[in-house]
Formats: sequence, C-alpha cells, structure tokens
Amino acid sequence: MLAEPHRRVKRRPFELVSEKLIEALICVCGFSAIIFVFSIFFFVLREGAPFLSRLQMGEFLFSTEWFPTSQTQPKFGVGALVVGTLSVTILAMIIAVPFGLGAAVFVSEFCAGKAKETLKVVIELLAAIPSVVWGFIGLTVMSPIVINTFHVPIGINMFNGAILLALMSVPIMVSIGEDALKAVPDSYREAALALGATKWQLVYRVLLPAAKNGLLAAVLLGVGRAIGETMAVLMATGHSVRIPKTIFDPVRTLTATIAAELGETSKGSDHYQVLFLIGVLLFTITFVVNLSADLVIKGIRKK
Amino acid sequence: MLTFVRGKNGDDTELISNLDPMRETKKIEIENLRLAYGGKEVIHGISFDVRANEIFGIIGPAQSGKTSLLRCINRTIEFTAGAKVQGMIKVDGQDVSRMKNVYELRRQVGMVAPLPVGLPLSIYDNVAFAPRAAGMRNKHHLDALVEKCLRQAALWDEVTDRLDSLGTRLSGGQQQRLTIARALSHQPEILCLDEFSIAIDPVTTMRIEDVLKELRKEMTIILVTNLVQQARRLADRTMFLWNGEIIELDSNEVMFSDNPRNRKTYEYVNGIFG
Ligand SMILES: Nc1ncnc2c1ncn2[C@@H]1O[C@H](COP(=O)(O)OP(=O)(O)OP(=O)(O)O)[C@@H](O)[C@H]1O
Ligand SMILES: [Mg+2]
Repeated sequence: MLAEPHRRVKRRPFELVSEKLIEALICVCGFSAIIFVFSIFFFVLREGAPFLSRLQMGEFLFSTEWFPTSQTQPKFGVGALVVGTLSVTILAMIIAVPFGLGAAVFVSEFCAGKAKETLKVVIELLAAIPSVVWGFIGLTVMSPIVINTFHVPIGINMFNGAILLALMSVPIMVSIGEDALKAVPDSYREAALALGATKWQLVYRVLLPAAKNGLLAAVLLGVGRAIGETMAVLMATGHSVRIPKTIFDPVRTLTATIAAELGETSKGSDHYQVLFLIGVLLFTITFVVNLSADLVIKGIRKK
Repeated sequence: MLTFVRGKNGDDTELISNLDPMRETKKIEIENLRLAYGGKEVIHGISFDVRANEIFGIIGPAQSGKTSLLRCINRTIEFTAGAKVQGMIKVDGQDVSRMKNVYELRRQVGMVAPLPVGLPLSIYDNVAFAPRAAGMRNKHHLDALVEKCLRQAALWDEVTDRLDSLGTRLSGGQQQRLTIARALSHQPEILCLDEFSIAIDPVTTMRIEDVLKELRKEMTIILVTNLVQQARRLADRTMFLWNGEIIELDSNEVMFSDNPRNRKTYEYVNGIFG
C-alpha cells in the first residue's frame, strides 16, 4: 500500500526539552495565583494580628459600637458595618441579578447584528466608568431623585448605594453571562426549537440549566464587585454607623470604613490593627460566598 | 390504479381501487422547491408528494440535499442565516411558509438528526420536553407517554432504572434512540428520520425498523438513508436525489428492480457509482 518505506519522524531532543520548559512555565503561572492569594491574606493578617490577643471576638463581630478614636474608651464593634455591607450588597443583588441575567439572555438570544454590537459596546462602556464617578453620580444625581420620589429626608443612603452597586455589577454579569450562554452549543437550540419549543421555553428549559455554572460565576463576580466596592459606597451610602431599619437609612460598609479611616491612624495603633482585621473579615466573607456557591453548584451537578 | 376483480358470485364484477383511499391522500406536497445557502443553490426546483401513512425513502449521495430538504419541511432551515427557500411546501394542504404557529408545525413533524443531540437534561426530561412545551402537565400522562416513546425507540429496557440520569451520559447508539423517542414524544403526524441508524448496531436497527413498520399505521414516515438496502426493506416508495435534483421517484418494486426508469438509479442502487 505504501509506495515508499514508511519513515517514522523522530523527535529531536530540543523539542522534548522545550516541551518540558513550557509545561513548567504554565505550572508556575497556575500556582502563582494561589501564592498571591495566600501572601495577600498573610500580609493583611500580619498587620492586624497583634491586636487579636486583646480582642474579644464576640464584641468585635456583634457589637454595633464603633468608636475607634475615643480617647477614654475606644470601642471596636463592627456589627453595624457588617450589616451595612451585607444589606447594601444584598439589596444591590436583588436589583442587579434579574437585570444582569435578563440582559445577558437578551443580548445573547434575542438580539442580533447591529443592535447586539451596539448594546455590547454600551455595556462595556458602563463597566469602564471609574467608581469615583459613580459615587459622584450618587451624590449629585441620585440623591435628589431618591429624596423626591420616595419623600425621604436623606438622599444618600442604602438604597442609593445599592442602585449604584447594581449598575456597577450589571455589566460584569452581562458580559460573563453572555459568554456562558454563547458556550451552549447551537445544536441544543436547534434541537429544542425543532421540538416545537418557543424561544422563551428554550431559554428557561434548556439554556439556563445548561449554562448554570457560567451564570452563577457571573453572579458571583457581581457579588464580589459589590462587596469589594469602596469609593461609590463611601460617597453614596451616607457613611453613618447604624443598623438600618428601612432601605432608606444611611449605612456604612466595611470597605468604606477602611478607606476613610486608615489614613488617619498611626501605624501600629489599635485602630490601625483593627482596620486590618476588618480586611481579614472582608476576605473571609468573600471566601464564604464563593465556597457556598461552589457547594451549590456541586449539589446541582449531582442531581 | 383501478382493477377489476371477480365478485362473490363469480359472474359479476366490481370496480374497486386496489389502493386504500387513505393512502392516496397527500400528506406533503412540494412544488418547485428551491433552496440556496447564501446565493449558492443546492436544491434546484423539485416537486413531489408524500402520501399519508407511507414510508417514503430518500436516497442519494452525500451533499445531494437530503438533510436540507427535511429542514425545509419543518422550517428549521430558518435557523441557518442566509438560507433562502423558494417554492411551495404544503402539509395537509396548508402552505408551511404561511403558517402562523410554527411551533405547531414543528410538533407535527418529528425530526431525528443524524448525529444525536441529547439536550442537557435527564433522560425523562428529554422525552418529556416537547409535551411539556406543548402544555402537558399531568404527571401520569407524561409518565405513560415517556414510557411508550422509550419502548417504541427500543430503549426502555436499558434505561428504566436511570430515567433521572443525564441523557448525554448514554452511549452513542442509546442517545440516538433517545432522540427517536423524543421525536415521537409530541405524537407527530410526520416522522422524519435522517440516517437514524449510523450509530446503532444492526440488531437494534432491526428492532427499530420493525417499530417503524408499526408506526406507519399512525403516521407518515420520511426515511433518509445512506443504506440503500434499508430503503428497499422499509419504504413504499423511494426517491433518488442527486445534486439537488430528483433522478427518480418510484414505488420500490420499480426502483429496486433490474430496470428502473433511470439508468443512474440502477447504478446507484447497485453501487456502481456514487
Ligand atoms: N448550513 C449550511 N450552510 C451552507 N451550506 C450548507 C449548509 N448545510 C448544507 N449546505 C450545503 O448544502 C448542500 C446539501 O447539503 P445536505 O446536508 O442537505 O446534504 P445531504 O444530502 O444531507 O448529505 P449527507 O448525505 O452527507 O448528509 C451541500 O452542498 C452542503 O455543503
Ligand atoms: Mg445529511
């Protein structure tokens, strides 16, 4: 069958070495991510660690008394700050998740050609607005709107901050969510439509289940963005330490506290160290959020 | 075709049709169908009818337009950007391009693609997908329907105890049978099978072929196949499509005889070319 004698192509030793080198390089890249995360955690913890021994955990986490600069009796209770961060984040997500995922579905499934391109560009623009500009918008634009529409005394409050956070996390959700939907093979779409499904049935019976991991990742990135956001919430939530009773109460978040106070503390003071512990706490919160989301996904997968 | 047969008494004659009147009704009428993908015409004005409750075989070499033809019938061709259909396709006398409820049309036509596309759902949900989309909610009815379809597709025995596991975890041949079950799940009037047996072993293929012969009482079947012998075994009439044109359409007796009307048919059927 073969006219010429079959000659096997030999690999040159150089190729083998370069193969190994590339493998090692990729390995380093992968592990460096882990190293970075751990070293950041380590350095933040190191700054706050000395105070840990003098800290009453219960009081730190649950007390709402935050008087770090008191001369006579400083109090370091971050309860209200945790509630502030969580409440503004949750409210933001209640607004952003339906919008973000809805927009992702719309862009990926119901939109084509020029309209699609335009929408994507606009959404990317939205993602590129610096957070201080968002804060500015909250202060000058949103605040009077909130006061006038809801007839509340203060316009910079939890609701205002949550709207801004929602607007900031929607673009991430849309672009990651759209990627997740795009990754669903077209053959699924054809098969479902050929079975007489409507567009909407296709979306919620096939595409959403098929893309659920990616969509959850999109939501998580949005949550991460909202929890970690500092500048906008510092400017737009009112920055007052208290447990909010309505969504129109001003609140203060963990991140805004660090940003506002770290510059005024002297290095090594109690206040300084507590602020770093707040950083550790933030770290822990995002870690828990990610972990539980992972577990949820695993649970869904097992079914 | 009319035949005179001897009456009971032997002396008088009765005039009857030797073809069942049902069989004469036209299920699908296609007139001067042209299809182009982005300006390149691949089906060049073909016309034919498919009768109700017949098995209609379509054979032809690769690229002759068989799959494209099927996709025109249930209008899934519309998913392909740049595909342009001209001419007339009627199902039950209704022009499909004018049908407002395209979902109803697609439920009327069961489609089995050559490569199985299991939806990323459980086996049960795969089969229950179309009935649910059509609004069926009753659990008992769904259970019964799912079982019936899986039995018809010769898959029930293999999956009874794992209806909840993912359909995409089945073997290739099982997935193909799952798509057959799914195509039957919306109780179509027309069943289009596009090379359904390429991933299925011969024994199971035979079982499904038997099912098809049964199903023919309930529905019209269009069978696209690369296996000439399969068309010969199953079909009532067979059409030989070649480069988007009909070379011959005849009853199987003529098509697979030693002298079909077109020389090319003889050569293709007997593997002399193509
Ligand atoms: N989505 C598409 N876009 C462009 N051209 C296409 C597309 N699908 C099919 N064609 C072209 O249409 C022609 C007919 O293809 P079709 O798939 O209908 O052939 P077929 O008879 O089913 O072939 P096979 O036996 O290989 O399945 C081919 O020339 C093919 O290249
Ligand atoms: Mg084909």
